[in-house]
Amino acid sequence: METKSKIRILIAKPGLDGHDKGAKVVALALRDAGMEVIYSGLHQTLDQIIQSAVQESVDVIGLSIMSGAHLPICQKLMAMMREKGLAHAKLTVGGVIPHQDIPKLKEIGVAAVFPGGTSFEDIINGINRLFE
Amino acid sequence: MGVAKYIKNEKDAIKEVIYQSGITVKPSYGPEDLERAGFSYEKDLGAPGEYPFTRSIHPQSYRSRAWTTRQYTGFGTPEETNERFKLMIANGQNGLNVAFDLPTQMGYDSDHPLAEGEVGRVGMAIDSLRDFEAAFKGIPLDRIGSGLTINAVATIMMAMYQAVAEKFGYSKNQISTTPQNDILKEMIGRGAWIFPVEHGVRLVGDSIEYAVKELPKSNPVSICGYHIRESGATPAQEIAYAFEIAKAYIENVTQRGIKPEDFVGRFSFNLNVYGNLWEQIAKFRAARKLWAKMLKEDYGVKDNKNLFLRGLFGGGGSGLTKEQPENNIMRGAYYALGAALSGAQTTALCSFDEAYTIPTPRSALLSLRTLEILMDEVGLRDTVDPLAGSYFVETLTLEMEKKILEEMKEVEKWGGMVKSISNGFVQRKVSRQAYEFEKGLQSGEYRKVGVVPVSEKGTAKDPGTEAAAVELHEYNEAWAEKSKANLKELRRTRNGKDVAETLKGLEKAAKTSENVMPHLVKCCHAYATVGEMAGVFRQVFGEWKEPDFY
Repeated sequence: METKSKIRILIAKPGLDGHDKGAKVVALALRDAGMEVIYSGLHQTLDQIIQSAVQESVDVIGLSIMSGAHLPICQKLMAMMREKGLAHAKLTVGGVIPHQDIPKLKEIGVAAVFPGGTSFEDIINGINRLFE
Repeated sequence: MGVAKYIKNEKDAIKEVIYQSGITVKPSYGPEDLERAGFSYEKDLGAPGEYPFTRSIHPQSYRSRAWTTRQYTGFGTPEETNERFKLMIANGQNGLNVAFDLPTQMGYDSDHPLAEGEVGRVGMAIDSLRDFEAAFKGIPLDRIGSGLTINAVATIMMAMYQAVAEKFGYSKNQISTTPQNDILKEMIGRGAWIFPVEHGVRLVGDSIEYAVKELPKSNPVSICGYHIRESGATPAQEIAYAFEIAKAYIENVTQRGIKPEDFVGRFSFNLNVYGNLWEQIAKFRAARKLWAKMLKEDYGVKDNKNLFLRGLFGGGGSGLTKEQPENNIMRGAYYALGAALSGAQTTALCSFDEAYTIPTPRSALLSLRTLEILMDEVGLRDTVDPLAGSYFVETLTLEMEKKILEEMKEVEKWGGMVKSISNGFVQRKVSRQAYEFEKGLQSGEYRKVGVVPVSEKGTAKDPGTEAAAVELHEYNEAWAEKSKANLKELRRTRNGKDVAETLKGLEKAAKTSENVMPHLVKCCHAYATVGEMAGVFRQVFGEWKEPDFY
């Protein structure tokens, strides 16, 4: 008997950057780990990401950001999540994230940060841990 | 060990080597291998500069001229980029390779809401001809050719390049530009696409037709196996997919009544140097031969000059590691060695700090010097195709040729490249491979020096996370402010009637099958903005919807 339902996660690429290899391989890894993964596709606005997250009633939004704009994007998205009834969902972020920004992201309310080079195992465990 | 698959015994001896393209390598090679593969000097090699050009497209290759170096350059404002261009030229670089920021690549002006935080970040911000005037000021456009790394709106930048040259007093017959202009590869990797597939291909066709008729020294398209490889394709797929993309463009242009003979000589390629050294060399040699053969046999191209696979072999981004970034300097040198041994006409190297930042002047110059050492110091100009006749290299080249053909067949089975991309076949295959490779890297099945597999994390073999000695290129908010202010001033001072009229002409052409290029040149001269011109296309063509990648 399965007691826990599968974690639903939206992997999303905000903004104009089109480098999606990282987002796609992480989506595949999470899916192989038994999560239900929805991939947003490229060039998403924050409104579009919120809309998909609500529609798919996800537990986690996982952003992939390479442009360096992770701080303002996460700040904005956290506020939008609270506003649109997604306060229960967790926000995680991966991509090109300098080490010194991790505490700042946590402060904003980001639940987990996975900078480039994080192993699939650490990402999967990190997300599972959010629901223990 | 390495990016190939190495099967070892318990004593660390290698039992089997399998390259990413799926070729198994033997412990040694001899004449019997060439015989078994049916190798013939005349049919498979020929002299350098002779069909099928496996050895070189020129009889003298680097003896007559060293390669052209084109480091990818551009950031911030056009004025700052202009300074960096001049620095690179003063230091011996003989061509430009222009980087645009994401809003420009995606056809948005600097004051568009989606451009927020991105103006000038990964390349220079271009809104109108006024910015091109600043970027190319003082650059001898009759002597220095420019690669323009732009795709979805390549037609616009090509038109703007002509406009700026005319503004500076050059004629369009004197200038040489190579816009990247390969929209199909953007849809497989890199992701800077805007319009649906068929409209994207039509724009590429328009630019090729225009170049054939109006820009005698420009090469309107640079087909990029490069980014396809970066997205997870094997070296054989890199070439196979690039050739299938080329076939899609050839089909579009021949439908306009232009013979392949009249335009395929203008195609160039942008190919990757990352991976196993021997596999790369075999790849380039096989690619030169297959391209010539395909054009001659399938498209009836006769003139030898039109059978040349020209291009930039370089970069190597995927090979570089975030861990121990200085190692990337050495990695880059070996990648460049592979390119030189393969007779690359043009090259460029990713700089060692690119996993962290836009290259600093110091790291960009280091790349340039690496390329110079090969040409000017250690002897890569001495003789053409020095590896020819090696039992190993010739056997491998033949095997690579077979693999490339197999991969091309698969795409054709899917219905050709346009269909394969529309349906997401290629994207799915490549992403799946990228995932498998990444898993292999994490498990230690594949190895890159400095990257510690999961099982060794925290053991004596793990050097830990060292602070990277990388000087970061800072993003400057002032770039956006300056661009926005310039744009405001431009909108106030330009002739609004000219802008409206030229945009109207563009819209009419876009809606019919009339070539958009002459209209774009007029729009640029009237100082219409990139966002306005791309806006016309967005409205007429709509935007692409990616197929699901699972």
